[in-house]
Amino acid sequence: MNLEKVSHRVAPWVLPLLLLAVWQVSVSAGWLSTRILPAPSAVIEAGVNLVRSGEIWTHLAISGWRAGLGFVIGGAIGLALGFITGLSTWGERLLDSSVQMIRNVPHLALIPLVILWFGIDETAKIFLVALGTLFPIYLNTYHGIRNVDPALVEMSRSYGLSGFSLFWQVILPGALPSILVGVRFALGFMWLTLIVAETISASSGIGYLAMNAREFLQTDVVVLAIVMYAILGKLADLAARGLERVWLRWHPAYQTHKGGAA
Amino acid sequence: MTAQQPPRLLKGIPLAVRKLRKAFGTREVLKGIDLHIPAGQFVAVVGRSGCGKSTLLRLLAGLDDASGGELLAGSAPLSAAREDTRLMFQEARLLPWKKIIDNVGLGLKGDWRAKALQALDAVGLAERANEWPAALSGGQKQRVALARALIHQPRLLLLDEPLGALDALTRIEMQQLIENLWQQHGFTVLLVTHDVNEAVAIADRVILIEDGEIGLDLIVDLPRPRARGSHRLAALEAEVLNRVLSLPGTPPDPEPVSPLPTQLRWAQ
Repeated sequence: MNLEKVSHRVAPWVLPLLLLAVWQVSVSAGWLSTRILPAPSAVIEAGVNLVRSGEIWTHLAISGWRAGLGFVIGGAIGLALGFITGLSTWGERLLDSSVQMIRNVPHLALIPLVILWFGIDETAKIFLVALGTLFPIYLNTYHGIRNVDPALVEMSRSYGLSGFSLFWQVILPGALPSILVGVRFALGFMWLTLIVAETISASSGIGYLAMNAREFLQTDVVVLAIVMYAILGKLADLAARGLERVWLRWHPAYQTHKGGAA
Repeated sequence: MTAQQPPRLLKGIPLAVRKLRKAFGTREVLKGIDLHIPAGQFVAVVGRSGCGKSTLLRLLAGLDDASGGELLAGSAPLSAAREDTRLMFQEARLLPWKKIIDNVGLGLKGDWRAKALQALDAVGLAERANEWPAALSGGQKQRVALARALIHQPRLLLLDEPLGALDALTRIEMQQLIENLWQQHGFTVLLVTHDVNEAVAIADRVILIEDGEIGLDLIVDLPRPRARGSHRLAALEAEVLNRVLSLPGTPPDPEPVSPLPTQLRWAQ
């Protein structure tokens, strides 16, 4: 029984660990050039060195700041636009088709234009991240509000709710599952956009770390940067799931054991 | 502090319906309903599906506007008594993101928790107050919806087939619960149902709506508590059923398309 539990826990890790071992061995044995792929041990060593010099924290901080600020700005605008179009027919008529049109432009295609507008400094990167996170949140907020059960809205109105109290107690909680899906999509776009923006032009940040290392053929640092992006993406996703667990704890799909059918 | 309610002085609302008409597009659902309901009467409205009985209830609840006619509470328009009118829907319509007690207190201000607990106690669910609605069975959800309606101390309670989706035993339990609470509080009740047996077992008066008009108005003059399955009830039930079945059923109309009554917009 206990052994079974342990093997269930371990099973998902077997393949990745095996791959890592094969990778390590093929580099050590010289089958794989370090110019193509450094050994995992070298990547860890590069990481340790960067931590020791403290350099990694400045890069992490600046990347995190760009991602966070862009996400907050884009998310807030997306949420606000979603509320406007979701709650008012006029808002929908005026705004929705325009927003949908802009949404269909891949935001990374705007990079040349953005560089012309803002140069290559912080504003350009934050602008791109904001643009990338705006649309998933907008779209899911809008659909979330539109899909709030009209029967519940009707019931709440007949019990005297209207205006802000109706929005706060019924429409917003009803739209929240959809909004949080938007947040998770947006977090994915956030890192993607930041990676591209930092790779193209930056003088600090994880993307800069990677591009700089490429110039000196430090493949270990390049791989380290990629791993760091992966970890940051995973952390952002965990945070979003945490929000779902707190805000959607009423939802049968997010309930832990107690009382609900699995 | 104890949440003892003051003795009720307000009784039910006497209801008058005059030449009430309602049309969805070109389809006339109600064709001039005239009805007088004395204060505190328990009225069951029956009829084939699509006969307009739910529409009547929605007009009384103020969810839709009539195409013509008058709705009066005593001598004042019924719309002035909105606060005294509560509707229970076919589905419980609990907000899944509010705890059960918060669902009961929906729309209340001030210190309502003690009252809400009392209302939940009246329907036998006080100990579930802090659970999510998703944890309740269908019958329990309807009991919470009943508590939510009763906490407002309505003088007119409108019930739109609230027991339709419950299993037979839970239905009888709910019927008895509603009957008891009605006897305690003395509000006027309008119960829409498709179950003639339920109608004659619980109501003072059974009204049959046929094709948008009142086809039968029957007083059920039997003492309470009524013995289920009694001869007299069966005879009454047969009388209503014979009338329903004697008319050839109108072919089921397609549901009205344009202003679907449940598809309200919450913003203009």
